[in-house]
Amino acid sequence: MTFDVSYLDLGYLLSATVFIFGLKNLSHPRTGPWGNQLGAIGMLLAVLTTLGIMQFSGEGVVGWGLVGGGLALGTAIGLVIAYRVQMTKMPEMVALLNGLGGAASALVALSEVMGRSAHHDMPQGFSLWVTWIAIGLSLLVGWTTLTGSLVAMGKLAEGITIGGKWIAFPTWGPPWTNYVKALLSIASVVLIVVATLDPTNMTWIWALSIVSCLLGIIVVLPIGGADMPVVVSLLNSLSGIAAAFTGFILNNSVLIVAGSLVGASGLILTFIMCDAMNRKLFDVIFKSFGGGGKQKVTRTKVGSDPDEVAMLLDGAQRVIIVPGYGMAVSQAQHAVREFADLLREKYQTEVLYAIHPVAGRMPGHMNVLLAEAGVPYEAMIEMDEVNPMFAQCDLALVLGANDTCNPGARSGEGPLAGMPIIDCDLAPVVVVVKRSLSVGYAGVDNDLFYLDKTMMLFGDGKDMMSALNQAIKGA
Amino acid sequence: MTPVHTFLGSLTLFVMAIFLGFELIKKVPPTLHTPLMSGANAISGITVVGALVLSNVRFAGASTEVSGWLGFVALVFAMINVVGGFAVTDRMMKMIAGKKKGGQS
Repeated sequence: MTFDVSYLDLGYLLSATVFIFGLKNLSHPRTGPWGNQLGAIGMLLAVLTTLGIMQFSGEGVVGWGLVGGGLALGTAIGLVIAYRVQMTKMPEMVALLNGLGGAASALVALSEVMGRSAHHDMPQGFSLWVTWIAIGLSLLVGWTTLTGSLVAMGKLAEGITIGGKWIAFPTWGPPWTNYVKALLSIASVVLIVVATLDPTNMTWIWALSIVSCLLGIIVVLPIGGADMPVVVSLLNSLSGIAAAFTGFILNNSVLIVAGSLVGASGLILTFIMCDAMNRKLFDVIFKSFGGGGKQKVTRTKVGSDPDEVAMLLDGAQRVIIVPGYGMAVSQAQHAVREFADLLREKYQTEVLYAIHPVAGRMPGHMNVLLAEAGVPYEAMIEMDEVNPMFAQCDLALVLGANDTCNPGARSGEGPLAGMPIIDCDLAPVVVVVKRSLSVGYAGVDNDLFYLDKTMMLFGDGKDMMSALNQAIKGA
Repeated sequence: MTPVHTFLGSLTLFVMAIFLGFELIKKVPPTLHTPLMSGANAISGITVVGALVLSNVRFAGASTEVSGWLGFVALVFAMINVVGGFAVTDRMMKMIAGKKKGGQS
C-alpha cells in the first residue's frame, strides 16, 4: 500500500478548526491569551502540513535554502520588533504587520503569474478565468492593504523623522480625489478582465499593481481623527480577504477558510466602529470630515488651576475619567493611574474610566494604554453602561477628548449629528484638561467647555495631570 | 473533478467561512478590540502557506527564478506578520488578563 499524500490535507482541516476556536476565545477577556496561543498553534499546524505535502509530493522540498531561510528570517525579525515595540506604539505596529500581510498575499499572486509565464504553463478555459481573476483580486486587495496600511502607520505616528528632521504626516484630500478613487477602482476591474483575456502579457499585471498601490494611498490619505479606527480595522479585514483570494489561486482550503474568517471578523469590528460614530462605511471612505471649514472659536473661557480642582476633589465619592486621543499624544496614562491611586488612598474615591468606542486612533486604543499603566479591566466602562453613572458622580475629568463628548452631537445638526457621545455634561462638575479651546477633528466648537460647571485646565495632558497630582498631595 | 467542481468547492468554503466569521465575533468588549484585531491580523498571515509552496525552487545562484525570489520575499513578510502578530497580541492579552486578577501583572 502506498501512502497517499492527499491525506495530509487533513492537517489543514485541523488547522482551520483550531483557528476557529482561537478566534472564539480571542473575543473574551478571560480566554483571550489562550485564544491567541490557539491561533499560533493553528498556524504551526498549517506550516507543518504544507512542508509535509511539499516533501512527499513531486520532487520534495528542493529549495531548503529559500524555504528554511525565509522561515527563520521572518521569525527572527518578527520576534525582535514584537518585543522591542513600546505599548504606546501599538497602533503603528498593528498597521505595519497588517501591511506586510497584504504585501505577502500580493507577492504570492505575482510569483504565481511569473512562475507560470516563465514555464509557459497557462491554465485553459474555466481554470484560466478562476486563476487569473483570483490573481487579479489578490494583487488589488494585497497592494491596497500594503500602501493603505503604510499611510495609516504614518498618520498614527503623526510624522516621520528623516535625517533628524521631523516631518509631519499630511492629511489631505479635497473632494475631487473622490473621482480619482472611483476612476482607479474602475481601472482596476478593467485591468483584471484585460489581464485574463491576455494572460501572457505581464504589462497588465504591472499596471494593476501600480493602480492598486495608488488606490490604497489615495483612500487612506484624507482619513483622520475618529474615522481612523474604522480604517485600521477595515485594512485588517482586507488583509484577510487578500489571503482568501490567494487560496483560490492555489486551491488551498486553509488559506480560504482562515482568510475569510479574518476578513469577516475584521468587517464586524469595522461596523462596530462605524456604529459608534453613527456613520456609514461609505461616508467614512468618500466623505471625510475636516475638508470643509472648521468653526471659528469665538467664545473665551478663563482657565482654572490645579489647586482649585484639587479642592473640589476633596472627599469625592466617585470620579469618572473620560480619556481621548490627547491622553495618547501626551502619554498621560501613567499620571492618570497615579491620580486614581492618590484619590483612592486619600478619600477612598471610586475612579472609573468612560471609554468611547472610537476614542483614539484605533479600536480599543484607550483600553490598551490604560491597561499598560496598570488600570484594572473592571474600571474601564463602556459608553452605554457609563452614561447613566454621570448623574451620580462627583466630578468628570475629560482628558484630551473633544468630539466624543460634544453635547452638540445630540442636536441633530452639523458633522457630529447623531453620533453617540459620552454624557459627561450630566456630571455636577466637569474638569477638562486640554491644550486650548480649539475644535476637535470634526471641526465643531464644543459647548461643554463653556458650561458654568466646567473648569478648563489648559496645558499638556501629562504635565497637567502631574500638577494635579501634586496639588492633591498638598491638599 | 472538473475545474468547475474545484472552484465551486472553494467558493462554498469561502462563503461558509465568512458567515462563520460573522457569527464568531458578534459581541466583543471594547477592551479586546486591539488584541482581537492584532490576533486576527496574525492569522491573516496564513498566506505563509502559499509563500512556502512558491519559494520551493532550487537555490542555485543565477538559475533561481524571479518567481522563487518573490515567493521568498512573500515568505519573509508573511512570517513577520505571523510571528510579530502573535507575539504582540500575547503581550497585550497578558497585560489585560493579568491585571484582572487583582493587580498582579
